[in-house]
Amino acid sequence: MPFIPHTDDDVREMLAAIGAPSIEALFDEIPRELRTKALAGVPEGLSEIEIGRLMSERARQDGRPLSFIGAGAYEHHIPSAVWAIVTRGEIYSAYTPYQAEASQGTLQAIYEYQTMMASLTGMQVSNATLYDGGSALAEAALMAVRAHRKSKSLRFLVPANVHPHYRKVAVATAGNQDLRFDSVPYERGTGRVDIAALAKHAGEDITALVIQQPNFFGMLEDVDALTDWAHAQGAFVIAVVNPTSLALLKPPGEWGARGADIVVGEGQPLGVPLSSGGPYFGFMTTRMEHVRQMPGRIVGRTVDLDGREGFALTLQAREQHIRRGKATSNICTNQGLLMTAATIYLSIMGPEGLERVAAQSAARTRELVAALTAVKGVRRCFEGPHFHEAVIALDRPVAGVLRELANRGILGGFDLSTHYPELGAALLVCATEMRTAADIERYAGTLTEALRAARAA
Amino acid sequence: MPHRREKLIFEYSRTGRGASGQWPAKVAPPADIPAGLRRRSRPLLPEVSELEAVRHYTRLSQLNFSIDTHFYPLGSCTMKYNPKACNQYAMLPEFTARHPLGPESHGQGFLACMHELQEMLKEVTGMRGVSLTPMAGAHGEFAGVAMIRAYHRARGDLARNEIIVPEAAHGTNPATATMCGCVVREIPVLADGDVDVEALKAAVGPNTAGIMLTNPSTLGVFERRIREVAEIVHAAGGLLYYDGANLNAILGKVRPGDMGFDVIHVNLHKTFSTPHGGGGPGSGAVGVSERLLPFLPIPIVGREGDRYRWLGEQDLPQSIGRLSAFMGNAGVLLRAYVYMRMLGREGMGRVGDYATLNANYLLARLTQAGFDAAYPKRRASHEFIITAKRQAKDHNVTAMDIAKRLLDYGFHAPTTYFPLLVPECLLIEPTETESKEALDGFIDAMVKIRQEAEADPQLLKGAPHTLPVRRLDDVRAARQLDLAWRPEATA
Repeated sequence: MPFIPHTDDDVREMLAAIGAPSIEALFDEIPRELRTKALAGVPEGLSEIEIGRLMSERARQDGRPLSFIGAGAYEHHIPSAVWAIVTRGEIYSAYTPYQAEASQGTLQAIYEYQTMMASLTGMQVSNATLYDGGSALAEAALMAVRAHRKSKSLRFLVPANVHPHYRKVAVATAGNQDLRFDSVPYERGTGRVDIAALAKHAGEDITALVIQQPNFFGMLEDVDALTDWAHAQGAFVIAVVNPTSLALLKPPGEWGARGADIVVGEGQPLGVPLSSGGPYFGFMTTRMEHVRQMPGRIVGRTVDLDGREGFALTLQAREQHIRRGKATSNICTNQGLLMTAATIYLSIMGPEGLERVAAQSAARTRELVAALTAVKGVRRCFEGPHFHEAVIALDRPVAGVLRELANRGILGGFDLSTHYPELGAALLVCATEMRTAADIERYAGTLTEALRAARAA
Repeated sequence: MPHRREKLIFEYSRTGRGASGQWPAKVAPPADIPAGLRRRSRPLLPEVSELEAVRHYTRLSQLNFSIDTHFYPLGSCTMKYNPKACNQYAMLPEFTARHPLGPESHGQGFLACMHELQEMLKEVTGMRGVSLTPMAGAHGEFAGVAMIRAYHRARGDLARNEIIVPEAAHGTNPATATMCGCVVREIPVLADGDVDVEALKAAVGPNTAGIMLTNPSTLGVFERRIREVAEIVHAAGGLLYYDGANLNAILGKVRPGDMGFDVIHVNLHKTFSTPHGGGGPGSGAVGVSERLLPFLPIPIVGREGDRYRWLGEQDLPQSIGRLSAFMGNAGVLLRAYVYMRMLGREGMGRVGDYATLNANYLLARLTQAGFDAAYPKRRASHEFIITAKRQAKDHNVTAMDIAKRLLDYGFHAPTTYFPLLVPECLLIEPTETESKEALDGFIDAMVKIRQEAEADPQLLKGAPHTLPVRRLDDVRAARQLDLAWRPEATA
């Protein structure tokens, strides 16, 4: 039997010890009329050979097109060592470190992760991760309500250039507790937060301003001015950041005069494969004064009975298994495996490697933008500094052009027309250190063809 | 396991060292980024060779108990074997490289797996629709209660904001209800482990949004009056939420949909054997009955002829919305898909059979050896509770002491002090993938520990003795917070 070791003799002896005539008899407390007849909708079992064949066929069907899509998930090189270690059974098949003495490996890795993320974001403390970037923003909003003692409004200002999916997750997650998320427009010329529009909210009770850096369009915000404005209004600042970019960009802890209050983001760029959207991990860091309002697991360093250093889950009085209905969140897991991958990734990259990844990605994106805007009918949408993404405008509807590109094995970017119809035929493109000059040339050449085909159609 | 301190990765760090073979070529940062937006000092990341990193994290891994190395009878967590094939085929290069926003034209293979997974989950739970997006059990609970609220609101039934939970419920149940803006109402459990139906009758009313139940319950017994419970809640206008934490016990035996539940989450990391990963990722797919179909979280996978496509806001305008940036823990879902296809129809029923056989065998042998079952007159489901109340009274030895001593014998401890209403409890779940020999080894260890408790209780009080660390000072951890390493803190 697949994955079940029992022999007939085992079953006989076990039933004898129980004093039951059959396995079936062990289910005699379940009302008979409820018993399942058959699972007709589940196919017959497959052997490993058969499932291997099926999965390889399915994978081949999807292929490996050349991708220039970013929009919150980024294709970076993952050193071989990362997943070789992460898939070791001692990491892969362990559970939550509730028995600290039998989980020191997991706990120490979390402590190291917390150290790295706190430093990368310029904050004092990190939790042991949340589900993903979108849910981390939702949790940050809920945390801000608890931590901000003066604001009573439950009101958040969220610029329209924050990842549209994150904004939806925040509403779906926190809307049930009556949090409100009001949009702030972006400037059409630069794609950055419209500071004049923001200024109209001066004097209002705002729990927090959300700032994404780089924003969803890849553009760099004037984070100092935005942070200082928010703090002048008595609002918190929730920073949403790309961790790779922090090798080059000012960490949120240094934004403005006082720094951001809560920092969240998507951890996927740090050693986690794209994998159709997950599993990823959301990171969250904050200042020490807010640590008791932070959701999720936190690990602390302490000592054992003999005075030896060791690690344990701490501040558990915030959590659902202790506080039940009064917990800071219902979250009960972290994305442990992915957090471990990120910790190993950051160890192998170090400060120099991460800087190179960020600088290479930024450089490739500039080459990409130059090559694409040299194509007839293509121009850049926004002016100003950016990181490793950019918005380009086409002279034909994006969907048709992307289809033509996909037919030629290229995923040309993320179509912005659903979320930002005001931008017209706009496409968000991205290049990382994984794209070569030849890849970029191929994209530009194919785009010329695709636009021609779209014009002819 | 050795008494050994593995240094922090930062302590291996030397300025100028690095795994440069893994890095891209050096280029200058773009000149167009203004100085005011740039980072001024480097982050505290280690500078180590690849070997140092590999050795360090390999050594850390060796300080863990895991399913691959130890019997792990952690109640309510279903620590069954995670087949290697599930990981290998979920990590085929085309799957790991697939961008979440990639076109459907280049995702038909992946989408086919997801659609079939939805269909199989519908079948084994008896529900009408499934969304795979919730990223953990608690996230699935959130989706479920949010759907219950959305359902009542859509009917203009605005007063329904009370969620009833039995006192034995997982802590996530009341925490979830709060997150969804509901009020929690706890009801007691009877001495035989079943919900107090009279108390339920008194609790329901025009404010009842629904009830959250785990069945078999967290007490390790099947809720026998479940049909009656369903009738009472439905008659009062409420809905029934099934917490799938214990689905492994009844897989292929009885379906939540047939018991009368309206919404369910399935912990794929339990019943369908995706890895626990040291605390995640989980996956908490949700299933619903007919009346909740319009409210499922998006996206879900639809099928038109032989093509698969994402269904989003346009298709489900009443959806509770998007709970993750993309579509949840897709790679976990692929692992669950592989596992379910390998089990097949017959294998599903065997899971329930042998998980139940193993639990009842352990329960029988342990009670024969003199341990006290919390519910001696009941069958075990896939798990059961031993209470160490007598040991605590006679020898001042707690459930925690027994748990810690088990670590010395090479067994991960059962769940302790949950559920809260059984004193000194050990919630034990062996799963179907353990052999009789593994169970016998555990029984032998428990018997020895009981003898030790009588002869030398201090041995248990001081346990574990053979692990990398002894019991840790949790009070100090919480009072003298040390949550991140600082260079100056370690000389």
